[in-house]
Amino acid sequence: MTVNKEEPAVGSGEHDARDGYVPSQRRLDRERHKRARARRATAIGALSTLVTAAVLYLVVVNAPGWPRTKETFFDWGYAREAFPKVLEGLWLNVRLLLVCGAAVLVLGMLIAVARTLRGPVFFPLRVLAAAYTDFFRGLPLIINLMIVVLGVPALRLQGVTVDPVLLGGTALTLTYSAYVAEVFRAGIESVHPSQRAAARSLGLSNRQALRYVVLPQAVRRQVPPLLNDLVSLQKDTGLVSIGGAVDAVRAADIIVGRSLNYTPYIVAGLVFVALTIPMTRFTDWVTARMDRRRAQGGTT
Amino acid sequence: MHPAPRALRRAAAAVTVALLATAVGCAPQPEEPAAGTSSAGNMCEKGKLATRTSGRLTIATDEPAYEPWFKDDDPASGKGFESAVAYAVARHLGYGKDKVVWQTVPFNKAFAPGEKTFDFDINQVSISDERKKAVDFSSGYYDVRQAVVALKGSEAAKAKSVADLKDVKLGAQVGTTSLDYIDDVVRPTRAAAVFAKNDQAKSALKNGQVDAIVVDLPTAFYITGAEITDATIVGQFENQGGTPEQFGLVLDKGSALTSCVSRAVDALREDGTLARIEQQWLSDAVDAPVLK
Repeated sequence: MTVNKEEPAVGSGEHDARDGYVPSQRRLDRERHKRARARRATAIGALSTLVTAAVLYLVVVNAPGWPRTKETFFDWGYAREAFPKVLEGLWLNVRLLLVCGAAVLVLGMLIAVARTLRGPVFFPLRVLAAAYTDFFRGLPLIINLMIVVLGVPALRLQGVTVDPVLLGGTALTLTYSAYVAEVFRAGIESVHPSQRAAARSLGLSNRQALRYVVLPQAVRRQVPPLLNDLVSLQKDTGLVSIGGAVDAVRAADIIVGRSLNYTPYIVAGLVFVALTIPMTRFTDWVTARMDRRRAQGGTT
Repeated sequence: MHPAPRALRRAAAAVTVALLATAVGCAPQPEEPAAGTSSAGNMCEKGKLATRTSGRLTIATDEPAYEPWFKDDDPASGKGFESAVAYAVARHLGYGKDKVVWQTVPFNKAFAPGEKTFDFDINQVSISDERKKAVDFSSGYYDVRQAVVALKGSEAAKAKSVADLKDVKLGAQVGTTSLDYIDDVVRPTRAAAVFAKNDQAKSALKNGQVDAIVVDLPTAFYITGAEITDATIVGQFENQGGTPEQFGLVLDKGSALTSCVSRAVDALREDGTLARIEQQWLSDAVDAPVLK
């Protein structure tokens, strides 16, 4: 093995003794210089970060209203009181997320498939699916919830639940499946027509082509935007509190209303962020994994 | 990468430091209090208080403004208990009806720290020691009691005591003392339903999503008399801890007007004005049976 001494592996650092290679003085100097530059860059970065943090801190703490803001938004006693109650409320958010999330994926997929069916016989189905997505994507979620949670029980239908959580979950599913249907539809339509044509030419029926060729590709492509909608759904689950159910934010609300201290809101906010971070990281990981596969010339 | 000329880099660094220094140095400082609020004796000079807008009194309340506290969602009409009280207080401070400006401020916004946009807020806010840490209150202008409302003929409507309400699904508005009564006095076996607005609590009662709701007594009489006619007042709670719960006017923490407004409320109570206004607007709210 010959090594070009002028163009060594950058920063290899370890020199294998077996091939009798001794790095030249020039190379050692260059590596030392590079290390010194890296150290200097790190030091400067740390210093500028420190200065920025110090300035932000001083600006906030020296603001004339800071003492008042601090006791209103960052009161340790209220934070301790709010935390268990917020967590108790969060359990409702999490349950709604799991159940509604599953329902949304199934319903959204059905609507997307209905919208992309071919053939004149399916025309009414396509129109219905299109009307559904148009209506529920446009209808503000809060109004949807009002109508479903407070309006449906007023009908006094036999056998229809009046439980505000179930009704709220239904409203969430209606709205979000319209969003997700559009995501799926975009995915289905982004699969190149040649894929479908190839599948058909291999003798697969329309249904089989959709099931085995188009949908797997569409779903894989749509994972990041789907998870985006899921994170959004997770935060919107709190809106079912309109019917009186106590979720994390409403639990904070109760303490805020009694004490006029806003710390519980901060606690609830941080708890939601803490719940979202793992989901966001998961989204990033899935995206990266898919990019890697695509880069290797895998199935896309 | 070509390093930038050293002089240029130094200049950039110097400018940055200078900018940061100004950012710290020029942070806004609290303004000096307006002149004329120093001498305590002359502080409540009629019509010359240190109000938000000179020569005018800005009064806040939430929207919608509910009956019987305000009539037809119009606080400026002078009709309804709190509207009448607000104008009586204003008159006592030397501000006639034409000098009063109404402002819509949501319940939560009224307590946020920072500059207040109003002189005082009147919105059925109960006085409590805990809340006094966040805002100033005037003296109480109304002794309020909490009541339970249920649909006629329901199980909840048969309750004779607090113990009878244990297994009832109760509801109340968030941020109200009504909710505290559920949690602290009734301690029901099923968690209370908590609503953002009384309107939603009323819908839930009508829909059977809750068995009974807790509201203040005048509101209870208004609901059963005008809004949900097939509902009835089950009863009222006794005061907690022996002292009556009172509504107070809300002012900014440390407001220069607190003592003047408090004195005005006290004077109106003494000369019978408050009692007269109560008689005029809340006379329907006669006594309901007390739940022991």
